[in-house]
Amino acid sequence: MRFFKRLRDKPYLLEVTYKFTEAIFARLHPLIKRLGYGRADKLMRIPEKIGKGAVFDCQMCGQCTLHFTGMTCPMGCPKNLRNGPCGGVRQGGFCEVDATMKCVWVEAYERSTKMKICGDGIFNIQPPLNQRLANKSAFINLLSLQGADMPETWKTETGLRHD
Amino acid sequence: MTENRTSGRFEAALRSGKFVITAEVTPPDSANPQDVLAAASKLGKFADALNVTDGSGANCHISSVAACTILSQAGYEVIFQMSCRDRNRIAMQGELLGAGALGLHNVLCLTGDDVTVGDHPQAKRVFDLDSTQLIQTARIMRDDGIFLSGRKISSPPKFFLGGADNPFVEPFDFRPLRLAKKIEAGAEFFQTQYCFDVERLRAHMKKVRDLGLHEKSFILIGVGPLRSEKTAEYMRTKVPGVYIRDEIVERLRKTPTEGKRVEGKRICVEIIQQVVEIEGVAGIHVMAHKQEDAAVEIIEEIQALKVSKKL
Repeated sequence: MRFFKRLRDKPYLLEVTYKFTEAIFARLHPLIKRLGYGRADKLMRIPEKIGKGAVFDCQMCGQCTLHFTGMTCPMGCPKNLRNGPCGGVRQGGFCEVDATMKCVWVEAYERSTKMKICGDGIFNIQPPLNQRLANKSAFINLLSLQGADMPETWKTETGLRHD
Repeated sequence: MTENRTSGRFEAALRSGKFVITAEVTPPDSANPQDVLAAASKLGKFADALNVTDGSGANCHISSVAACTILSQAGYEVIFQMSCRDRNRIAMQGELLGAGALGLHNVLCLTGDDVTVGDHPQAKRVFDLDSTQLIQTARIMRDDGIFLSGRKISSPPKFFLGGADNPFVEPFDFRPLRLAKKIEAGAEFFQTQYCFDVERLRAHMKKVRDLGLHEKSFILIGVGPLRSEKTAEYMRTKVPGVYIRDEIVERLRKTPTEGKRVEGKRICVEIIQQVVEIEGVAGIHVMAHKQEDAAVEIIEEIQALKVSKKL
């Protein structure tokens, strides 16, 4: 367990692994399409839950934003905030709801500064969760959906950068 | 920041460059409209706009949209506060349309205090949207005339959109950037949490100015009186997101009982005097739950002192 905790503080290593996995899935896309997204999802669901569960305490929202949130799962935030911390953070950076826990966004921001590929993604505006995708494989959802469930006018890029 | 989106007095006052004062009203636990009017009567005379809270502190009160309507019909300029805690996106978009139809143009979009701090800790927390997403949703409804589903709105609402800012809690470096994110989403004004640490605010505002955010939005700083060191202690331990420096609590503790109320007011006036000097501050937001009299005296005092030329 301590191993996974230490791993969480290696955001660069994690983002490289994440991007690598994403690239493999993109390569396999034609194959997955032929297999059927539904079937691929059933195959992927459990390994994804175990893998991301161990490292990120993944809640299987089905819409992974890890690389945009400092490789820290925003679903660990009791308010499920996807765009940054609430105003209730306690002194010392602890969570408003659970005072024994560090604010997910304090950790996410800190880690995002150490990332080299997707660190600025924390400034993107994340769309509301699609609840229908919960408990399904996020990698497969990404391939099948291609971000088609928000109005075209939903702005995500802000152009903001880390110093 | 030149276009006047609404016919509201609040937006007009901000755009005129005047130093704006807003004040917070907690809607009563009553179905009698007279009680809503009574809650606003003291501060209403002095404020450019009244913020009507939405289940503040996760406690149940008369709904914000209803209280806003009652006050607006009585001639007050109101800011409708909407929290993400209690409704999903269907209810929120419906209520935004309703607010538009009722002539409530100023909307402050908030995350909301968690249910655990309020009077119904057993309740389900919703947070279907977060505050940034709510701002962007309201902007899309206004500018594109559609719901998030893409369905058309026959007559889109006119909104002047606001967000919250808390420069006084971590992650400090992210806070100004989060403001920038909210501006990109559509926020045009901000109201902050209580300021009891001017140094921290100065550092925050410097970053805000470096990013040019003070030119893209109006920032109002939250202030309010402390009745005693006990109130201060309660607020900083029980009210989410409130930070009060030890020196302030100590100052109140050393003051004899009969002088505490006056000292609390003096601290507030001193903070306001420093806040108005900070470049990029468009006004103050007075929060004085159950201390409306003290708040009125504070506003009268800063007006008499002419703390700002624009006041």
